[in-house]
Amino acid sequence: MAERNPYLPYLMRVAKVTEEAPAVKTFRLEFMNPEEAANFEFFTGQFGLYSAFGEGESTFCIASSPTRKGYIECTFRAVGRVTSALATKEEGDIVGFRGPYGNLFPLDAWRGKNLLFIAGGIALPPLRSVIWNCLDRREEFENITVLYGARSVADLVYKHELQGWEGRSDIDLVVTVDPGGETADWTGKVGFVPTVLEQLAPASANTVAIVCGPPIMIKFTLPLLEKLGFGADSIFTTLENRMKCGHGKCGRCNTGESFVCKDGPVYTLAQLQNLPAEY
Amino acid sequence: MTSTFKLSASALETLFAALSTGGWRILGPTETDGRVEVREVKNPSQVASQYLQSTLSAKEVAFPKVERLLSYKMTPGQVELQDHDPELQPTVLFGARPCEAAGFGVLDKVFNWDSRDKLFSARLRQLTVIGLSCTQADDACFCTSVGGGPGSTRGSDLLLTPLPKGGYLAEVLTAKGEALQALVPAVFEPAEGVDKEALLAKVEPVFDRAELTAKLPGLFASELWAEQSLRCLGCGACAFVCPTCACFDIQEEADTKQGQRLRLWDSCGLRQFTLHASGHNPRNVQAERWRQRVYHKFSYFPQRFGEAMCVGCGKCTRACPVDMNLKEHLTQASGA
Repeated sequence: MAERNPYLPYLMRVAKVTEEAPAVKTFRLEFMNPEEAANFEFFTGQFGLYSAFGEGESTFCIASSPTRKGYIECTFRAVGRVTSALATKEEGDIVGFRGPYGNLFPLDAWRGKNLLFIAGGIALPPLRSVIWNCLDRREEFENITVLYGARSVADLVYKHELQGWEGRSDIDLVVTVDPGGETADWTGKVGFVPTVLEQLAPASANTVAIVCGPPIMIKFTLPLLEKLGFGADSIFTTLENRMKCGHGKCGRCNTGESFVCKDGPVYTLAQLQNLPAEY
Repeated sequence: MTSTFKLSASALETLFAALSTGGWRILGPTETDGRVEVREVKNPSQVASQYLQSTLSAKEVAFPKVERLLSYKMTPGQVELQDHDPELQPTVLFGARPCEAAGFGVLDKVFNWDSRDKLFSARLRQLTVIGLSCTQADDACFCTSVGGGPGSTRGSDLLLTPLPKGGYLAEVLTAKGEALQALVPAVFEPAEGVDKEALLAKVEPVFDRAELTAKLPGLFASELWAEQSLRCLGCGACAFVCPTCACFDIQEEADTKQGQRLRLWDSCGLRQFTLHASGHNPRNVQAERWRQRVYHKFSYFPQRFGEAMCVGCGKCTRACPVDMNLKEHLTQASGA
């Protein structure tokens, strides 16, 4: 009886490396085995475990959209042992990937609605998969607004894509940097994400907000959204707790009774309000 | 399918001999310098005669401390992955206390509740458990509060209960148990009129598990967990001796040419368990980690699987270097 070993990763070739910001890179990864490539399927919001052979595995989202076939992309900051090792990989090098794991952003349920994306710093990558997915299915949604902030101009990720979105008429992009993080030629906004959100004062009618960012941004953004009239069922986020297995066994990613790897990583604010803040 | 028999004291020698001849590995509790641990044995004389419990649980039979998940070779431009199957030898675990035996069912839920864990499942498939009822208990025991008992058949394929004048009452419980019986059918003698209950240790229930589970969500913000865990050292000993603790770590062991990925026992009591690379820790203090231990076993796991992730063996209490007593702490929470 041949059972599959769920810990065996797919072998992936690094097809493209993009330097996004200091210590932040995006990898485009292509399956080395064509059969695995053909059978691979994922949904926006899902994540995986990426291997740097010799060092270990690290967990992050799939930052590309499932509408773009033949590859996956991930964006990570070199912080720990594995991400630092991954950061040394060059085009042509081999890494591992296993997944996809977790639940998804319910795009089908959002048809006909306005979408408001709010992201801070290195938390744009999980939302990038959603944004591109929605842009590739643009006719299904009403207005799409993206509010993105980072500490400084240098810390903004996907700079080229931001420029591209800037030039599109079917997406409203607002980019801001923290006070002091602007450069002489910066034409975007200056101010923390919650402050800029308050100025924008987006309408909450028929709108879902998809929020991802550092805890301090989340802390000040959520009350504002509620003040603007967003219901707790209309606010979505994605959590990233430490994980080892990715499929509900190793026991560390839970927040209360909810396994972030199985029941998450995508949650509504309403769901999080019923869980302890163990994230 | 239970059928009850009697085994004479010498029947075990016949059984062990038949197992050895048949290529089985026999694991049993052995005593060295006052410590009882599960090790490979060849004949019944090596098995500890009087013992309450082994210090470590027998879970290692199905869930080793360290286990290779995969290995790989690296050459320039290439990585070659190697899958591994565990070495399969039919194994008898002899003398598992009923709590120990019940632990395997809990582990099975963890490892196979959604996707299947091939390594664990393969080890469990080749395992036959001969349980041994308890005729003594101590203050740390609370099996009867979590659905078990000193003569519980759960998890055993064959359960032996010592008879006062030597020999055993033998309950054949599963197909694996029947296979053992078929090895040495002559030693299984008819048994009639034996009152098993009268032979067992008395373990009084001290709390109601279902009530505790219902109560815990409302106690999450209680000071209780901080009070109980003030003395906790965060050493993880409770998890490492536990028959049901299944949380694990995955680590790499490699040089520049080859490596292997290992699964290792881990514990929610350790600070690094949930520590993010950024330095952020969702369960930052020991009280939160102690609460996680209690809630995983008595709230989250029962919500998902309908039973506690605890068999009431008391090994954690006996192993704790600062005398934290799970039975007392749970009784306190039940009454809070």
